Amino acid sequence: MNVEKVVTRNWGKPGQNTLQGYKQGGGYAQLKKALELTPDAVVAEVKKSNLRGRGGAGFPTGLKWSFVPKDNPKPKYLAINADESEPGTAKDRFILENDPHSLLEGIGIACWALGAHTCYIYARGEFKYPSAVLDKAIAEAYRDGIFGKKLMGKDGFALDVYQVRGAGAYICGEETALLESLEGKKGWPRLKPPFPAVVGLFGCPTVVNNVETIASLPPIFEKGAEWFAKLGAEKSGGTRLVTLSGAVKRPGTYEVAMHTSIKDLIFDAEYGQGLPNGRKVKAVIPGGSSAPVLTADEIDVKLEFDAFKPLQSMAGSGGVIVLDDSTCAVRSLWRVARFYAEESCGQCTPCREGQPWMARLLRKIEEGRGETKDLETLMGVAKSIAPWPPIGLGNTICALGDAGALPVQSFVQKFKSEFEQHIAQHRCPYGDKPWGHYGDFA
Amino acid sequence: MSDLFTADERARFDAGLSELLSHYPADRKRAAMLPVLRLVQSLKGWIPPEAMKLVAEKLETTPERVQEVATFYVMFHTQKPGKYVIDVCTNLSCSLRGAEGMLAYLERRLGTKAGTNGDKYFLRETECLASCGTAPCLQVNEDHHENLDKAKLDKLLETLT
Ligand SMILES: Cc1cc2nc3c(=O)[nH]c(=O)nc-3n(C[C@H](O)[C@H](O)[C@H](O)COP(=O)(O)O)c2cc1C
Repeated sequence: MNVEKVVTRNWGKPGQNTLQGYKQGGGYAQLKKALELTPDAVVAEVKKSNLRGRGGAGFPTGLKWSFVPKDNPKPKYLAINADESEPGTAKDRFILENDPHSLLEGIGIACWALGAHTCYIYARGEFKYPSAVLDKAIAEAYRDGIFGKKLMGKDGFALDVYQVRGAGAYICGEETALLESLEGKKGWPRLKPPFPAVVGLFGCPTVVNNVETIASLPPIFEKGAEWFAKLGAEKSGGTRLVTLSGAVKRPGTYEVAMHTSIKDLIFDAEYGQGLPNGRKVKAVIPGGSSAPVLTADEIDVKLEFDAFKPLQSMAGSGGVIVLDDSTCAVRSLWRVARFYAEESCGQCTPCREGQPWMARLLRKIEEGRGETKDLETLMGVAKSIAPWPPIGLGNTICALGDAGALPVQSFVQKFKSEFEQHIAQHRCPYGDKPWGHYGDFA
Repeated sequence: MSDLFTADERARFDAGLSELLSHYPADRKRAAMLPVLRLVQSLKGWIPPEAMKLVAEKLETTPERVQEVATFYVMFHTQKPGKYVIDVCTNLSCSLRGAEGMLAYLERRLGTKAGTNGDKYFLRETECLASCGTAPCLQVNEDHHENLDKAKLDKLLETLT
């Protein structure tokens, strides 16, 4: 497939996660370059690059930055979302582990553009090793005079960068819950508007961006916004990281072109190499477990952000989970539903009550105790949280409601006969053995 | 308060606290809540009620606010955990690659049930740990282990003495 490496360009090179190694490869030259431009010119470059947020929503990064009010006298903040908790997603941790300085250089560029003098990197609490690498990199950058009173020696522009570690709560990946957590509270999302760009951390204008988004900035300034835009497809610039998991021969985290299809990702020799043991694709969850499921007929779709719209699904966080034809759809969905039930923060009634209710109904059906009316109830509960299609009609403060309701509706709609079979036969047609054809823990 | 920390722990707490407070605006002490609770847990192994009072005082908030945070986040222990906290991811990507069997195997080997806190082991199911392409995975006292198979797991278990 021969994809130009952007975010992974330094991965695996020895010493690359140290300042010395990063500088030897030309690191921090782009921050220097950006500091010679006006902040407005930096924002314009980012807009031109068609960089879109890699946290899940694919929101145009330059546009988000331009929402920060210029005339607001309050301090401005940058918050980096390193909470990476959407099931199926494992990419940001590898940036932290392999190339932390490209994130830090990107932070310098972004803070200059935004006029922010403080950046908090919110890393999920379970990231002991990635956080240790990042802490070391931050300390190196201070020692070298990159951060601190003068950003890269720039007179009059101070930048402080701190890592804050979470403590185990999926909800804190949602940008306003993240801000609450940064303020030392439980992670309860805020009503929007106002959006964080206007009223964010400590009531001040704040931009929240994903790790991969910001780590893409140095290459954009090295090779140019046009290069980055052209590398992408349609209105999605650059390449992207995807995590391939489940029923493939070669699971892993890969940098792919925006025009790579899910099908290629699963079958290409450089990526998944197909399914083991002659199994066939039954379904694919394309963008983290909250993305509506696709059937085997729907996987010829590009991993670019807008390509999923006609399918009423989303590219999301790039977590591609492959289910093979020996895997039960009901059980898979039950597992997904348990997650959202567990992680609902408890603030909004439809989500707090509805997610566990859906998980209970799915368990009942999977265990052969389901009744015909349960399917109707299940769909009714899901719709009351967030009717689908289309995506985006949720009745809750944040999209965690949608994240749990979309999988349910898409699975039931696309694999209805399997749910009905469970109910009619009073058992799971796939049996009740522990899962995992690939494990050997018998 | 005097019996919460040893002299050495006290010194480490005070030093850590003043460093952490310097990361936030002076009128936003409460913002240091998560890092300070993490600091307490690193010193004591958990977050006892007296510590919540101390943290409240230092961050100029109430013990109720501290407790609210300490109980919201699953990584904070408000009960003393066993010597080895073993968090096994059983989310979809890990389950498709044997996590359920791995959990059952651990229950047998360790003679415990997932979700029960014992003196030696606290085995828990946990949610996705960002190891989906390197599944199955687990963490022992926050150390991450991935691409696990039986041989690797057996070797790991031998180190838990
Ligand atoms: C329930 C929920 C969980 C989320 N988790 C994450 C996450 O772990 N990491 C992330 O970058 N974005 C996550 N997001 C998206 C963020 O709210 C936000 O859109 C993103 O951090 C913005 O960065 P970007 O524009 O660079 O993508 C989540 C959103 C929701 C609704």
